[in-house]
Amino acid sequence: MENADLKLDGNAAAGELREIFGAEMTIVRATCGSCGAVREMGALSVYLHAPGTVFRCPGCDAVLVRIVRAEERLWLDPSGVSCLELRTGA
Amino acid sequence: MAGAAVLGRLNWLLAELVELVPETPRVKSLVLAAPGWPGHRPGQHVDVRLTAEDGYQAQRSYSIATPPDGERVVLTVERLEDGEVSPFLVDELLVGDRIELRGPIGGYFVWDGADRAPLHLVAGGSGIVPLMAMLRHRAGLGSAGPAALVYSARTEGELIYREELDRLAADDGALRIAYTLTRERPPGWTGYDRRIDPGMLGEVLGGADPNATAFVCGPTRFVEVAADALVGLGYEPGRVRTERFGPSGR
Repeated sequence: MENADLKLDGNAAAGELREIFGAEMTIVRATCGSCGAVREMGALSVYLHAPGTVFRCPGCDAVLVRIVRAEERLWLDPSGVSCLELRTGA
Repeated sequence: MAGAAVLGRLNWLLAELVELVPETPRVKSLVLAAPGWPGHRPGQHVDVRLTAEDGYQAQRSYSIATPPDGERVVLTVERLEDGEVSPFLVDELLVGDRIELRGPIGGYFVWDGADRAPLHLVAGGSGIVPLMAMLRHRAGLGSAGPAALVYSARTEGELIYREELDRLAADDGALRIAYTLTRERPPGWTGYDRRIDPGMLGEVLGGADPNATAFVCGPTRFVEVAADALVGLGYEPGRVRTERFGPSGR
């Protein structure tokens, strides 16, 4: 099976993000640190079959965020994202 | 509903199966009573968790098929032959049984119908489920903007909600529904008979209305083709919202 077949949307990781951040993260706007594109996290490419969860930029395919779990711990590497924009009010 | 305001962590709720509705030979709708359910928006999903006697847990996401309705949540689930969770939900769960679920999840692939902007939907297989929640919600709104759905399945028997969709379209002049069957057509079939393509989407959806929001749900490759076609037809990429469920469903 090709990698392209396994691509999902940020929405598929919404539960995991909610579990970590306690907030609805799919409407948070993320800026790709590689190409500068800004998209809602729900629109990012997500791969769940890796050892962990990987978010990629749908434009340039750069890795934006990685989440890995082992037993009672979790590592979140957001280094591919240069900025997150959250709505704080109406 | 608040944007990214802190909502708190999601708790697992125990939901009881109150009714099981056969939809197609491989698909059933699970009507669940979920005490403590906070309500949801059309298009959102839930995580379902099953725990075996030895403590092994399996978790999957399923779209909610119905608009907000108190503590009642309906999931429509397709049995995947090699699935770990769906065969249990479709074949073994009985009325009165309880399953764990948490949600609602997702704020991106949702449609509230708050404005009267056109709603354009493209479904592949069981990708119809979250879009059905939107159409059912729209029907309940009374006044809504125009809507159109292109629904692709392999055979006529695999079309989920067929009768209800036909009824919705018959009752509502502003709703257009077209089916395409990619593998097998019954005699006298008048719908489309091929995989979705830009020509078909353009014919049914009526061109790229700049105010329209398009929602596309289905297997990954289906979604790629549909989303590319919509952008090619002139839809703003940010107004094409996609939900892929992988190579063989979720």
